[in-house]
Amino acid sequence: MSQSQTYATILAEERRGGFRHAALAALVVLVCIAALWITGFFDSRRFVEGIPALAQLASEMVPPDFTRWQAWLKPLLDTLAMSIAGTVLAVILSLPLAILAAPNTSPNMAVCQLARTLLALLRSIPEIILGVIFVAAVGFGALPGVLALALHSVGMVAKFYAEAIEHVDPKPLEAARAAGATPLQVITHSVLPQVFPQLADITLYRWEYHFRASAVLGIVGAGGIGFELMAALRLIAYDQVSAILLSILACVVVVDWLGSRLRKALK
Amino acid sequence: MLDLHNVTVRYANRVTALEGAKASFPKGQFIVLLGPSGAGKSTLLRCLNGLVRPSSGEVRSAEAGNIMSSRTVLRGHRRRTGMIFQQHHLIGRLTALQNVLMGRLSFHGTFRSLLPLPRADRILALEALDRVGLADRALHRADQLSGGQQQRVGIARALAQQPHVILADEPVASLDPATADKVLALLHRICREDGITAVVSLHQVELARRYGDRIYGLAGGRIVFDGVSDMLDAVALDRIYGPVSTAPVKPGQIHAEENPTPLKMAKTA
Repeated sequence: MSQSQTYATILAEERRGGFRHAALAALVVLVCIAALWITGFFDSRRFVEGIPALAQLASEMVPPDFTRWQAWLKPLLDTLAMSIAGTVLAVILSLPLAILAAPNTSPNMAVCQLARTLLALLRSIPEIILGVIFVAAVGFGALPGVLALALHSVGMVAKFYAEAIEHVDPKPLEAARAAGATPLQVITHSVLPQVFPQLADITLYRWEYHFRASAVLGIVGAGGIGFELMAALRLIAYDQVSAILLSILACVVVVDWLGSRLRKALK
Repeated sequence: MLDLHNVTVRYANRVTALEGAKASFPKGQFIVLLGPSGAGKSTLLRCLNGLVRPSSGEVRSAEAGNIMSSRTVLRGHRRRTGMIFQQHHLIGRLTALQNVLMGRLSFHGTFRSLLPLPRADRILALEALDRVGLADRALHRADQLSGGQQQRVGIARALAQQPHVILADEPVASLDPATADKVLALLHRICREDGITAVVSLHQVELARRYGDRIYGLAGGRIVFDGVSDMLDAVALDRIYGPVSTAPVKPGQIHAEENPTPLKMAKTA
């Protein structure tokens, strides 16, 4: 085969590869467009009618009405307490589960798999559903919110904890074992001290998330500022809605700031 | 007194790391395991405290008999046996003192050790740090210390156990030659003073000659030399290192540490 023929074959091969990529890209674009179409995005009439409604809503939201601010202090504090309590509960439940779910600290592979499955299960139940269930079980208020936050978070937090534990440096573990430490002492004194900053990081991030999530949980009657938000929405008092949203935003900023300060301190 | 009775270790990947090893480590002696990377030194050391379980044969100590006979016996044996590692095996973000206190863990139950250890243990740990000249660094994080200092913290951790035996796995291999000599001299002096039996693996012939009361030479998972340092002649080195490496070797000018051995780290893993 002459050289020019070889080149031609290579270029033809390249062109075929190019076609394949183009076909794949076209398919992806098609799926995206289909998804937008199915969800009604291309119904221009609804947008045309929607825009004035949106403008109406927005105009009703300003100026925000803060006159009831004293009534929101307690619910905001409740929400803060819920986020902290939910985090504490999640940590207490996550730590042992993470140790069971990390292959290097798990007693055996069966337990490890079982723990991982349980965590996946907890993750797959949305917290709003858990909220509805716990409201039915223990009644309205902050408690069902806390339980819902904690249980859903365990699935996430323990998974991240387990990943941190899995990547721990095995050398200090060998040193502890050589010095006669029990398997549990190896975990408490060699594994946990190594991963403490990462665990703190995960926990603080989760706390910030809990604050936002507990506002949503209020909607199903699980106490806190979310409850007030829902009440204002029902009364069509949009100027109060925007005021509450701004208060939540302010708190989220404060919680985020506190979290990042704590993270730095715990490094 | 610690003895290996026909110990063979075969790992899961069918590699035979140690074959029919017979050795005895009399009380108070400073014994060197000499050999190239992969000769089985790390495996032999880890058999001596049960970190590696022999596939056949047994390890016996004067106090415990067969050290693998039960979990309690093994834990007691490990409590009396300090270990020093090539790469220190410290936790970088803990202080030197906290690292040394790991040596006191086995003296307490799991739940007691969740609380801060008693003052007596802290004093012991500080004394151990003082002996290696690092009392003033007790509250520094381990990762802020130099390599030589970290290895001295490793020695202090072993000393905090008030051990009868110290096992040291290439304790000076990651240090520069001058520091290596200082650290090994320190370990040698302390073991002499306290009557601690030391089993130290090295790959530097010169250091083995200088400090070993007795030398075991290993090659390919077998003990191929057993004798005092005067007996470590060219023929013996031939058996340990193979004929090639001994060609340039003359007593007094051997620096095996200057020949980089990249396999070293992989092997101890």
